[in-house]
Amino acid sequence: MTSTFLPDKRTGPDTDRPPPAADAVRGRARRRALNWLTAVSFQVPALVLFGVLVLLPILFALYAAFFRWGGFGRPSDYIGVDNFTRLFDDPVFLGDLWRCLVLVVLSLALQLPFALAMAVALNQRMRGRAVYRMLFFAPYVLSEAITGVLFSMIFAPGDGLADHVLGGIGLDGLGGEWFADPDMVMATLFLVMTWKYFGFHMMLYLAGLQSIPRELHEAALIDGAGPWQRVRNVTLPLLAPTLRISVFLSVIGAIQLFDLVWVVTAGGPDHHSETMAVTMFQFGFKRYQVGYASAISVVMFGISLVFALAYQRFVLRRDLEGATTTMRGGVK
Amino acid sequence: MTVRHRTRGRNLPLHLLLIAVGVVMGVPLLYAVISGFKSTDQLSRNPIGLPDPWVTGNYTDILASGDFWRLVGNSTLIAVATTVIVVAASALAAFSFARFAFRGREMLFTLFTMGLMFPFAVAALPLFLLLRSMNLLDNPLGVILPQAAFGLPMTIIVLRGFFRQIPGELEEAATLDGCGPLGFFWRVLLPMARPALGTVSVLAVVTSWNNFFLPLLVFNEPTWWTIPIGVQQFQGQYSQDVARVFAYLVLAMVPALAFYSVAERQLVGGLTAGATKG
Repeated sequence: MTSTFLPDKRTGPDTDRPPPAADAVRGRARRRALNWLTAVSFQVPALVLFGVLVLLPILFALYAAFFRWGGFGRPSDYIGVDNFTRLFDDPVFLGDLWRCLVLVVLSLALQLPFALAMAVALNQRMRGRAVYRMLFFAPYVLSEAITGVLFSMIFAPGDGLADHVLGGIGLDGLGGEWFADPDMVMATLFLVMTWKYFGFHMMLYLAGLQSIPRELHEAALIDGAGPWQRVRNVTLPLLAPTLRISVFLSVIGAIQLFDLVWVVTAGGPDHHSETMAVTMFQFGFKRYQVGYASAISVVMFGISLVFALAYQRFVLRRDLEGATTTMRGGVK
Repeated sequence: MTVRHRTRGRNLPLHLLLIAVGVVMGVPLLYAVISGFKSTDQLSRNPIGLPDPWVTGNYTDILASGDFWRLVGNSTLIAVATTVIVVAASALAAFSFARFAFRGREMLFTLFTMGLMFPFAVAALPLFLLLRSMNLLDNPLGVILPQAAFGLPMTIIVLRGFFRQIPGELEEAATLDGCGPLGFFWRVLLPMARPALGTVSVLAVVTSWNNFFLPLLVFNEPTWWTIPIGVQQFQGQYSQDVARVFAYLVLAMVPALAFYSVAERQLVGGLTAGATKG
């Protein structure tokens, strides 16, 4: 963090001889202004890109959500919060919220624990560890579009791989319509999401596990802790920051889920796999109800914002507190 | 050592579990590869077994068609351009964040990090309208620039963290040798940051390569379609010729998987660094 470009640390020729006080002040002010300009000029390209293509669209969505607007010309038909009241009366959108919640709960209850178990398993020396790691993570680097098309064919009712395998081992009853069945579509989608994403969380956990000092495990072993106790009392607490980040990413991912659903079911059958982003896309790009679709964007934005702030306030803060306590005990 | 000896015998169930998971992960990919070597007729008669005979026509037809290679070219061009822009703009910004103290720095940095929390889908619709008014629809820049913009937060965070680790003495030495801030950035910091630049570049390439939503919005005409769009279109077009779609899927996967096998370390390192520092 020490920097020679800090204005106060700079020793120019002026400071060698004692100058008149007013000159010194003016000189310092000028140097500070110059320093500020230099620093900010490095920000300009990023700031312009970010401002025009990220912030401006989000702000515009906030504005357009209060109009009845088809997306052409300027929005002029101001209707107050009508778009929002309509939104929260719409069973499809309420269903989107419900399905988002279902996916979050399933991810936290099944996908992340599974990823953690795999990470713990692969964190020990064993034959083939690198191969497993590579294989489990590989789906993450595939495009959602490719994954979606692949699994729409694997779960093709009747003659997809899934039905053949289940039939082959005498479990025909478990097969079925998969993505075409309103009651099964979300479960099937969740299976595909787990196939695609658990490897990413596993990699995060592995990185976290590798940063836990070996000595702690050895100390627990010497104290007579069994494998489960070692996981419960050493691994999990020290992995907590990583777990929190992974939960955060998982929730944000569920809020914005689009690609996979759009490719596989486009929200069907009869809205049973629709997500907020899909509903937004339908209204904004297919039905030209841009004001209404903007309201959906705004709600997604609001949910992300509230979640991010609350998470930071109540969950992530504990990490910071932990960091400051250890610092106090340590160097300072 | 004693620990390992003791656990070896108990590892069998663990190995069986890992093999089972490995099968579930690998079989869909393997199934696609093998199905691509069948005719669709053969696939419906013999869905699970090995091809008999092995039909290579699906793969060779696709590879011989210009369409597939145009998708590869488009995806490559867009990924490279996105990466150059996002890494260049982020490196400058991260340099300023890491090595200067200036008024408004923390506020600006918070602004960028907030970008990390917001789903792209939130901005998609107004972004589309903006691109339309700028005449950037059906133009590669309409995908490249927004991708670069949405990649900024993560790239800036990772690079800033790296730039901060470079000792201040180097900067003082460079200044004494007559380097200005830009000279230090260009001649000292960037060459030293090569591993970090590699990491964020790999991340940017993969993100761009797999992007689906934005090209779907921007490219109406097939001229600039990228691989993910092409895959979806191909399935719609050849929905009856299942074996051909499998072959297409496999070929579409190859570049991403090949890139992953070459750049695994950077990719995983970048993702974990981005997640833990964000």
